[in-house]
Amino acid sequence: MPEHESTPDDTRADLEEEQADAREPDEDGAASGMSRRSFIKGVGGTAVATAAMSGATETDAAEASDGPDGVRVANITLSINGEAHAVSRVEPRTTLLDVLRNRLEYTGAKPVCERASCGACSVLLDGKPVYACSILAMDAEGHEIVTVEGLLDGDSLHPVQEAFVEEDALMCGFCTPGFVVSVAALVAENDDPTLDEVKKALSGNLCRCGTYTRVFAAAQTAARRVREGT
Amino acid sequence: MAVIPWKPAGEMTHITKNTTRVDAVPKVTGKAEFSYDVLPKDALIGLFVTSPYPNCTAVTVDTAAAEALPGVKAVWTDEGKVCRMAGEFVAAVAAETRDIARDAVRRVRVEWERYPFVVKAEDARQPNSAQVHGATRPNVNRAADDEAGDVDAAFESAAAVVDGTYSTQVQTHTSLESHGMTCRWDDAGENLRVWASTQGVFSVRGELAGALEMPESSVVVTTDYMGGGFGSKFGAGVEGIVCARLARDAGRAVKLLLTREQEQTNSGNRPSSVQHIRAAADAEGRVTAFDMEAHGTGGYSQGAGFPAPYIYGVFGDPPSIPNRRIVRDDVYINAGNARAMRAPGHPQASFGMEATMDELAYALDIDPVDLRVLNDPNETRQAQYRDAAKRIGWSRRNAEPGADAGPVKTGFGIGAARWGGGGGGTRATVEIHSDGSAVVKCGTQDLGTGTRTVVAAVAAEQLGLAVEDITPLIGDTRFPPSGGSGGSTTCASVAPAIKVTADAALATLFGRVAPALDAQADNLEAVDRTIRRIDDPSKSLAWADACALLGAEPISETEQHDGSLSSRGTAGVCSVELTVDEETGDVRIQKVVSVQEAGLVIDKLTLESQLIGAVIQGISYALHEDRVMDRLLGHQVNANMEFYKISGAMDIPEIEPVVWMAEESLSRGVIGIGEPPVIPVAAAIGNAVRNATGARVAGLPITPRRVLEALEREGRAQG
Repeated sequence: MPEHESTPDDTRADLEEEQADAREPDEDGAASGMSRRSFIKGVGGTAVATAAMSGATETDAAEASDGPDGVRVANITLSINGEAHAVSRVEPRTTLLDVLRNRLEYTGAKPVCERASCGACSVLLDGKPVYACSILAMDAEGHEIVTVEGLLDGDSLHPVQEAFVEEDALMCGFCTPGFVVSVAALVAENDDPTLDEVKKALSGNLCRCGTYTRVFAAAQTAARRVREGT
Repeated sequence: MAVIPWKPAGEMTHITKNTTRVDAVPKVTGKAEFSYDVLPKDALIGLFVTSPYPNCTAVTVDTAAAEALPGVKAVWTDEGKVCRMAGEFVAAVAAETRDIARDAVRRVRVEWERYPFVVKAEDARQPNSAQVHGATRPNVNRAADDEAGDVDAAFESAAAVVDGTYSTQVQTHTSLESHGMTCRWDDAGENLRVWASTQGVFSVRGELAGALEMPESSVVVTTDYMGGGFGSKFGAGVEGIVCARLARDAGRAVKLLLTREQEQTNSGNRPSSVQHIRAAADAEGRVTAFDMEAHGTGGYSQGAGFPAPYIYGVFGDPPSIPNRRIVRDDVYINAGNARAMRAPGHPQASFGMEATMDELAYALDIDPVDLRVLNDPNETRQAQYRDAAKRIGWSRRNAEPGADAGPVKTGFGIGAARWGGGGGGTRATVEIHSDGSAVVKCGTQDLGTGTRTVVAAVAAEQLGLAVEDITPLIGDTRFPPSGGSGGSTTCASVAPAIKVTADAALATLFGRVAPALDAQADNLEAVDRTIRRIDDPSKSLAWADACALLGAEPISETEQHDGSLSSRGTAGVCSVELTVDEETGDVRIQKVVSVQEAGLVIDKLTLESQLIGAVIQGISYALHEDRVMDRLLGHQVNANMEFYKISGAMDIPEIEPVVWMAEESLSRGVIGIGEPPVIPVAAAIGNAVRNATGARVAGLPITPRRVLEALEREGRAQG
């Protein structure tokens, strides 16, 4: 059974000390305008281009620079949907969700509860569903992140996405990316889940419109497709 | 042009059938851009400073330290604001990042003047209570005091009298996408561009234009996708007006959406109710008298009304419950205000009334289904009670509560819904271009109900096309106006408007291509992507070839809703089977049947999804949800999603949605049903618990603790 983890590795303890010192970013970082999605857009979002523009080299949290107010920021590289993305001047407290949505262009994961109770921000981290709202961006370095956008194979829908469309397993759609990610993780591990197993796998995701019944059907349809290789 | 009636259901290609949701693909791939996802270039993030005390005034608001923070670009303050709840907005900041905005919020210094407060309705009703509004307004307002017939005489001559007190909790909407918007001033501050999470793009535009004293024509509001509203998202709100002001002051776009805590406390709720009901019936089971004393709270300034006596007390000649007395108070407390929530008032009314009906049925030894059929003059519902009972397996119900052997008891319950709905106030434009494309524009919005799909399905039906041939454009004030999506009016407003407009566009197309088919325009029809002669179907043009004749002059027709194509007033019944473990108090719903009349069904697939969703929200209301206020601090204890419980995957039983497809219903025209199926779920569950155990859990939510307490009162507690 896939489970949601809040800490992907054991680097968190190291970062906590930094976080304790963290205050606000320096003026440079705030005024550079590089912290916005538009910047990433402008430079094509590649690691090389970003490093060149910011004058920084690829680095990790251990080589983080000090701002004038003592806050430690770092340039990090995240692997998202198979692509390396350089993100400059990341604060220790910045979440993976914040980086995905506000500094890169991955808005599929949604901010809802922002404290790991609803699953709307679910992404895959090394194949396991996790809550992006509760993972620090720095902690996500060195891991393979897959968002709902990354489940597409070119223009082709993932079998789980296909099944969601067919079964009408969505209404407003705000929780849907999180459910799709959780079901994708489930069927990757278990291509013949019982209804009970489906419910357990989805117990970390909340929906307010009440689509659960349809989502269960979609999960079983998707599992059948994966099982039968169709 | 005279309005053409809907085709008979039997001749429909798309309407009444299952149409796949047209925006499902963007929603499952993460590509659907919700208002929360919009982030214009250089946008700032806005955040509110809120009152920490439940009854206070923000005497001074000092933002100097916040403004000194690098990255803070604008602030807003409401100095002197009187806050009647904890969490009221008194200041806001807009900053380069959310982290900086959070730092800035912490640096705003407010000097507070604090007053006594009260956050529980039962406390606020006491004579020595703290006053929510100081000396200006009492805590209790008598909202209803009505009497008809001779109530006392009816009780004296009754064959059965029942007496119970039923209560329902405050329920918060808990929309997953919080309230708020992104604002950007264009053209040197002349025009305002808004992306809002709303149920009414035009109502947001109107409120913003009014607050900012600018022409409505200078404001454009877009809602491509929105993450749930359930009645709470019609206006711009303080958050919208502040967002626009911050953006103007900063000279940059600002995105301001409420935090989860603010969403739970500040964006509305369903009011509570406490209903002391006495009812009388004659020996056949006809309800003869209804006497209710009730109160409830809708927060610090909103009412807590609900219709009573519900369903079985229809006014008519003679009224179905001729003798009635109703006294009802609104109670104010220092907590978040109510807003419309999916069938406002009705679930509360249903919970008290359906319990009363079942108690009468037990007192008279009449089957609860028979009692309802006897007392409900609505013929559709009379048939629906029987249908819902049959589908749930009512014949397996123990007439004697708690008759099952062992600690796990099975129970059955039933309840009914009524709703008005109706349609109107919607215009649409249908364009047909020379490349064959058909574009439909309508300023409605899709809340997840399937409105975009309805637009496409109706246009496809009328134009003889496939659903994927239609480009439905909605959710923007630049399109022809439609009303807010509330009161279950959207489908009944939009579908007829699209039909009338598509018919007009098609008539124009017929006129333009008639010469090529050697026919009069009224001798043409559009079927299967073909325009053909009615008298000689072999003379035809493919849709694309017909449109090619339009050349440089595309067709664009704008028409409006016609009342002959929609209807109001709908019937629904819900039945439930559940088990109660008398040792633990655990309630397990086994199955729910939701039978719902919807007039002419446009898309059966998304309609059934709505029924399922309503049942799940009803289960959530019945078993899980409860806004908990802290008496000492005056805060909502559970303004989050781990302690404000909504139903999750493990709570979901088998659900059977039944769309009432009787010919006499289909021929009524379109009726919206977003709200009614949520109404009777909690009541039916309450009645099923009573049937399972013999104990009446008279308060929502029906928690294991309340079940055990009710069993103890009945002397049936285990161990």
